[in-house]
Amino acid sequence: MNRIGVFLCWCGSNIAGTVDVHRVIEEVRKLPEVAHAENYMYMCSDPGQDLVKAAIRDKNLTNLVVASCSPRMHENTFRKAAASVGLNPYLVEIANVREQCSWVHQQQKDVATRKAYNIIKATIEKVKRNAALEAIRVPVTKRALVVGAGIAGITAALDLADAGFETVVVEREAEIGGKLRRISRTFPYHEPADAILAPRAEALRDHPNVTLYTSSEVTAVGGYVGNFDVEVATDPGDGGPPETRTEKVGAIVVSTGYDLYPVENLGEYGGGRLPDVIDGLAFEGLLADSFRNGEPVRRPSDGRPVRDVVFIQCSGSRDPENHKPYCSRICCLYTNKQARLLRDRNPGCRAWVSFMDVRTDCKNTEEYCQQNIEERGIVYVRGRVSRVWQEGDRLRLWTADTLTGEKIELDADLVVLATAVVPAAGYAEVSSLLRAGVDANGFFQESHIKLRPVESSTRGVYLAGAGQYPKDITDTVAQAQATASKIQSLFANEELAQDPLVCRVDPDLCSACGICVPICPYGAREVDALAGFSRVNEALCEGCGACVAACPNKACQLKNDSMVQVVGEIEVFAAEEGEEDYTCAC
Amino acid sequence: MKFSYYPGCTAHSTGWEFNASTEGVFAALGYDLDEIPDWNCCGGASAHNLDHFVGLGLPARNLAIAQDAGRDLIVPCAGCYNNVKKAQVVLERGGGDADRLARVLAFEWRGAVDVLSLVDWLERPGVLDAVRERVKRPLTGLKVVAYYGCQLVRPPRVTGRPSWENPTTLEAACEAVGATALDWSFKTDCCGADLAFGHGDRAEVLCSRLAGSARRAGADAIVVSCGLCHANLEMRQGGLGVPVVYITELLGEALQVPGRDKWWEKHIIDPSGLFR
Amino acid sequence: MNAFARQIQERSGQNLSRCYQCKKCSGGCPTARWFEWPNHSVVRMIQRGLKDELLGSRAIWMCITCETCGARCPNGIYLSPIMDALRALAVEEGRPAAEPAVLAFHKAFVASAKRFGRVHEATMLAAFMLKSRLFLQSGFLGEAAGGLKLLARGKIPFRPSSVKGKAQIDRIFAESDLKL
Repeated sequence: MNRIGVFLCWCGSNIAGTVDVHRVIEEVRKLPEVAHAENYMYMCSDPGQDLVKAAIRDKNLTNLVVASCSPRMHENTFRKAAASVGLNPYLVEIANVREQCSWVHQQQKDVATRKAYNIIKATIEKVKRNAALEAIRVPVTKRALVVGAGIAGITAALDLADAGFETVVVEREAEIGGKLRRISRTFPYHEPADAILAPRAEALRDHPNVTLYTSSEVTAVGGYVGNFDVEVATDPGDGGPPETRTEKVGAIVVSTGYDLYPVENLGEYGGGRLPDVIDGLAFEGLLADSFRNGEPVRRPSDGRPVRDVVFIQCSGSRDPENHKPYCSRICCLYTNKQARLLRDRNPGCRAWVSFMDVRTDCKNTEEYCQQNIEERGIVYVRGRVSRVWQEGDRLRLWTADTLTGEKIELDADLVVLATAVVPAAGYAEVSSLLRAGVDANGFFQESHIKLRPVESSTRGVYLAGAGQYPKDITDTVAQAQATASKIQSLFANEELAQDPLVCRVDPDLCSACGICVPICPYGAREVDALAGFSRVNEALCEGCGACVAACPNKACQLKNDSMVQVVGEIEVFAAEEGEEDYTCAC
Repeated sequence: MKFSYYPGCTAHSTGWEFNASTEGVFAALGYDLDEIPDWNCCGGASAHNLDHFVGLGLPARNLAIAQDAGRDLIVPCAGCYNNVKKAQVVLERGGGDADRLARVLAFEWRGAVDVLSLVDWLERPGVLDAVRERVKRPLTGLKVVAYYGCQLVRPPRVTGRPSWENPTTLEAACEAVGATALDWSFKTDCCGADLAFGHGDRAEVLCSRLAGSARRAGADAIVVSCGLCHANLEMRQGGLGVPVVYITELLGEALQVPGRDKWWEKHIIDPSGLFR
Repeated sequence: MNAFARQIQERSGQNLSRCYQCKKCSGGCPTARWFEWPNHSVVRMIQRGLKDELLGSRAIWMCITCETCGARCPNGIYLSPIMDALRALAVEEGRPAAEPAVLAFHKAFVASAKRFGRVHEATMLAAFMLKSRLFLQSGFLGEAAGGLKLLARGKIPFRPSSVKGKAQIDRIFAESDLKL
């Protein structure tokens, strides 16, 4: 016989303002197996939790239902409270009577009260069949693997190696350094990019804790957090077959970086067709040549020093119709820097910037931009260029000034397109190998945009750099260091505890048909031919239930979410006939 | 292979040589063109300006006829093509306008036929190969620029073109008959269309810019695929004397289609010197 | 959103709220030099409900539906259907056109299509010349000379021909309130 405790939270007036909490508790007390029921203004507060703990102790409660907000908010709070007084935390269930009830029925108090009662009753049906579960424990391999050795990957790897952890770095190019190798000087202090990169690259190459594989790619990934097996293939460079090796690591950093959106896609600007229409990185190359040779910036077509340069921002960015919908974030600042350096290198030249908004969201960059405009005579014209064409050896442009309303025809000898930042080629393969999700634009998706910004959708796989979203060097380094710290927290554990709410298989019912294997998004299912049934790798299973739905023999069941429990919950609601449709705001 | 054919109102007037050369080239390549029966005006560049439904209804009637004929419809004139294609898109999308068209014209759109401009047709597999095989007199040494204007390529939602800023199909066709297609930056700029009626001076601003840039690019002629573009470019180029020929005339010359002298006679700027 | 903007948005099927005033449309427009306000301003003016200004403008008649602006618009707003909606509304409400010759041409063209099912250029152009009173203007000789050149090359036949399915053409026009 269960002794069930029910705790209904008012959430101030969030729940109690709509649901008649006293009537609900009165009714709940009449239900079989309910040994205790009470309500309180804020159950999650310390006094609220103390009520829960006291009732468990004093009334020997065996299972709990806390009727409150979404389990995303306080499931953990109440499970910990229960555990602190000796009750297995998996015998605690949340009945969501806020998001799924009071918030969506604010104008229907009677409906909300009846629904809250039913939600609690259904949760009681579930919790009385819950099993006391123990967390799954897995060991941790304290080695990390970094995919991509731009400034993000180098930074994360060095931090981990300095903390004493062996780190494997995989870079597909022959050289490390990524896009930073192609940048001349950085904003806002004009520090040569090489001065930033070279010492870090050297430190990485020489670090005793770092194993560096260049001209290499990740070709297969198995395992799970704390226990990954990563296959790395290295191009020997002599045309022979790639050498492959497997690295055992506990965590993986995705720092695959970015590419620029191809200028060829910008037909109206003659991209790919006109030799003097180039992208921002190509212009960095021209600047780098200029600094190296001590000569003015020269244009690609005929090597003539440039006199008139037009920079076109948002080339392919903020263009949901034809190109990319998002802001590429770094172009406003690098364009301003490029225009400024150009004015330094080619005195007397004209630098126009076509812009829609100037976004300076990094430290000291607003002042830097303003100063360049005020003191260096860079001309900013608000309006998108409509087209660029060649006339003789000059380029001509049609644009407009939205601030005066004029239409403007300009000529130039070089046009620099600040093309959109896009995820580096190959992101899709990396995403599928590591099961790390990407967003609609191909950028790696963080687990929570505010609270878990460096974790991917797969545990143990972390993010750093512009592969997650366009960012400048400052932000890239900060994110890489955050990622390294996050991995160090992981490596501070000897073993990892994992939620035991996973799938289990009844070997007597399983016919080893294998339908569950391809349907599992986490690679957690495998048919054991010898034993004659399909196994669950509990460390990989996320308890999503895909196999449960697919299994023709009903041999798969989720722990504490079994068929009997779910049907029991549904029956509570099914018994309520003729109800209006319930809506849900979860 | 057979196609349905929509010649358009200018086929027997200002676009006479466009029609004649189109028919001649198709025949020379072994393609049949069946003029759809009792076709009507597509609404030109005017109907859509005055009334939304009339602008759709006129071209849609031709689609209904083409559907009964059961073959893909070739529409050489760029303006007609754009109107008919727009009606096709509206019918395929369904919704209020499509229902209204079906009711007024008492027909059901089954989406069985497609609408092709000459550019679309030239992109069909095998067409340019057939042209190459049948060239009798390669136009070696002739330098041209290809001009698409607006209605063959825009709006991309209607034409379905992946590259509307820099199409290259007409150039490929010119090269297929041995001519040299020069790169220039004005292939999809507007000629002024119906601005010519009432504002000839303004059309001349646009056309003289096109013809001037073609000349500066080193072109002997401009190759077009639209009757209105052709008329504008010939009449409003400000006396530069740059010949303007239809793509079908260029192909027809290389294929030695008979009756070409009649085509050249219709031109205000005589292009026959290009081929001597 | 004001009633006028809503009306134009419905008729044109374009979402005006997407415009962020980058002006790429005006930058590339071949005829904006003959507008009172460039393309992006037209969008803004609709948003502001400036109906009288727009329906009486030269801009709506100087847009020649080349779709350059729409094809390049980062937000997929096509100005041609918007201009179509403005023009049709101006005609519907009988507003005097700021470019009478352009309206006269369109009316002569569509009237010819309505009458014969196909456009007969000789009679259409004659009707246009009369309606637009272009023959009174100094440029007329030049215009007429162009027409004569075409006639001389046998390009404009004198006799109009009519389609057989005229009843269907009539039904299309009957479905609209268009007065020519």
